[in-house]
Amino acid sequence: MRDLPFRIIVGAFGCVLALLVLAIGVELTRQSWLSIQKFGFHFWTTDTWDPVAGQFGALPFIWGTLYSSLLALAIAAPVALGIAIFVSELCPAWLQTPLVFLTELLAAIPSIVYGLWGIFVLVPAIRALEIWMPEPLRAIPLLSGPPLGVGMLAAGVILAVMIVPFTSAVAREVLQTVPAAQREGAYALGATRFEAIRAALFYARTGIIGSIMLGFGRALGETMAVTMVIGNNPQVSASLFAPQYTMAAVVANEFTEASDELYLHALVEIGLVLFVITLVVNAGSRLLIWGLGRSGRTRPSRVADVEASAA
Amino acid sequence: MTHQVSSPTRFTTGLSVRDGRDPALNQAPKAVKIDVEHLSFFYGVKRALEDISLQIQANLVTAFIGPSGCGKSTFLRTLNRMNDIIPGARIEGHVRIDGLDAYASGVDVVKLRRKVGMVFQKSNPFPKTIFENVAYGLRINGLAASKSELAGRVEESLKQAALWGEVKDRLHESALAMSGGQQQRLCIARALAIRPDIILMDEPASALDPIATQRIEELVYDLKQAYTIVIVTHNMQQAARISDHTAFFWLGRLVEYDRTDKIFTNPSEKLTEDYVTGRFG
Ligand SMILES: Nc1ncnc2c1ncn2[C@@H]1O[C@H](COP(=O)(O)OP(=O)(O)OP(=O)(O)O)[C@@H](O)[C@H]1O
Ligand SMILES: [Mg+2]
Repeated sequence: MRDLPFRIIVGAFGCVLALLVLAIGVELTRQSWLSIQKFGFHFWTTDTWDPVAGQFGALPFIWGTLYSSLLALAIAAPVALGIAIFVSELCPAWLQTPLVFLTELLAAIPSIVYGLWGIFVLVPAIRALEIWMPEPLRAIPLLSGPPLGVGMLAAGVILAVMIVPFTSAVAREVLQTVPAAQREGAYALGATRFEAIRAALFYARTGIIGSIMLGFGRALGETMAVTMVIGNNPQVSASLFAPQYTMAAVVANEFTEASDELYLHALVEIGLVLFVITLVVNAGSRLLIWGLGRSGRTRPSRVADVEASAA
Repeated sequence: MTHQVSSPTRFTTGLSVRDGRDPALNQAPKAVKIDVEHLSFFYGVKRALEDISLQIQANLVTAFIGPSGCGKSTFLRTLNRMNDIIPGARIEGHVRIDGLDAYASGVDVVKLRRKVGMVFQKSNPFPKTIFENVAYGLRINGLAASKSELAGRVEESLKQAALWGEVKDRLHESALAMSGGQQQRLCIARALAIRPDIILMDEPASALDPIATQRIEELVYDLKQAYTIVIVTHNMQQAARISDHTAFFWLGRLVEYDRTDKIFTNPSEKLTEDYVTGRFG
């Protein structure tokens, strides 16, 4: 076969990637071995984080990471989708280029800048909201806690702001790949503009879910801006206003202070947990997309048609 | 100039490429279904159609032929206002469907498109099940009051499109798993489901193999009992086989419009003759 060398080269690159993922996993495991040995699976489920006593559990960080990322997703997904639909389907042609440029610009802003904006604008605003919150509402666990400003809501909002440009840019590109024939097909059957857009969204659904999952993946690993506004307090709390902590943030904040071997290994194990969760989320979204995609694969053969005609 | 298909008496005389197989040609002329008057069409500043006037009669098959880029698709798409969605497009003149101006202000485009269905060159099923593809138009237009009515109309449309036998056992499988010819018939079924009066077809068989093409042609022949059909085709034999009237377009103009047998055997215009005999194109 003439394309054998090509296949070998491409295959080799593929293997390098797989090896890289494997190597990261192995190295993280090796560097966190003390902690893995000592706490085992309890590491995932314990909520004490006490470096002085040598007690380490990752639950508050796992909780904080998933909570803040899901919150960000809940805020960002509709907004990003709305922007994508507006830019690709509704806005006048002259506005399209500036808007696309603007979203790309927003995506390029370093996260420390978002963090500063969070500290100076977002946190005071949330604090004002918390102070304004009437007493009966504060009895709800979701809204309980002292008015600090920093906390889960601030982290969720800032993450949302950070993933909206990226998610909407990917969703817009996905929407723009929908063949015009799909929209025309809908229009020809008496669809309104809204219904034609829905048909396009349905056609693009796997890609749109993918864009949202990619945004989620970004939120999971985001460190700087989150640690600046989340309050960095390792606790498992349902409250939007409670200061909490995330995996990426704790590793970044405490790595240089880790005085003993076990502490260091526990921090690396948090990195390992984050690595595993990220892999699972990405693999999960891939599977989801494949599963949806399978129902819509074109079959190349014309056999059935010929058979039917012959019959 | 207004092109009109010649007087009633000529329907009984003259050659028929179908050897009189088609009773429609021997009857009195049918009502005018689509009446186009001095229609010009512009893509931005580019003029794609120039002063076209013609009348399309009910329950006949009218074919549009002409070299590539002469404006057949553009003209077809002005009849259900599909060109509305193209930015910068502009139209002059009148299109009347059953006597009502399709471009008058206050016309409900959605209703118009429900009345004037369309089948595209490349089949474009939605990535849904076979059933849901046919049900789509019924659902969005609220045309079926109950589940059983919906199912009934889906079945009826698939039967009309000669597809029922092939798909009745897999209605809930993806439409994209069908062959190209089946997909195109599904798109026809989908268009029929909302019970239009007129069906516009833009080269519906050009992407299909001969057997699938033949099935579409038979279908067109059957459908004209109940519908007015306008079909664009590149294939001159096809136009001759399936149409009653033929319009020849050239460079955005309507050169000749007459009974199909006349166009193919004894055209009035030199240009038409050159085209149908394959001397250019
Ligand atoms: N969306 C568009 N924007 C600008 N110009 C267009 C557009 N669609 C078609 N045209 C131009 O209008 C003219 C007529 O095109 P049209 O598609 O109607 O031709 P056609 O007769 O259907 O050709 P074919 O047989 O190749 O399908 C062509 O010159 C084409 O380039
Ligand atoms: Mg065309």
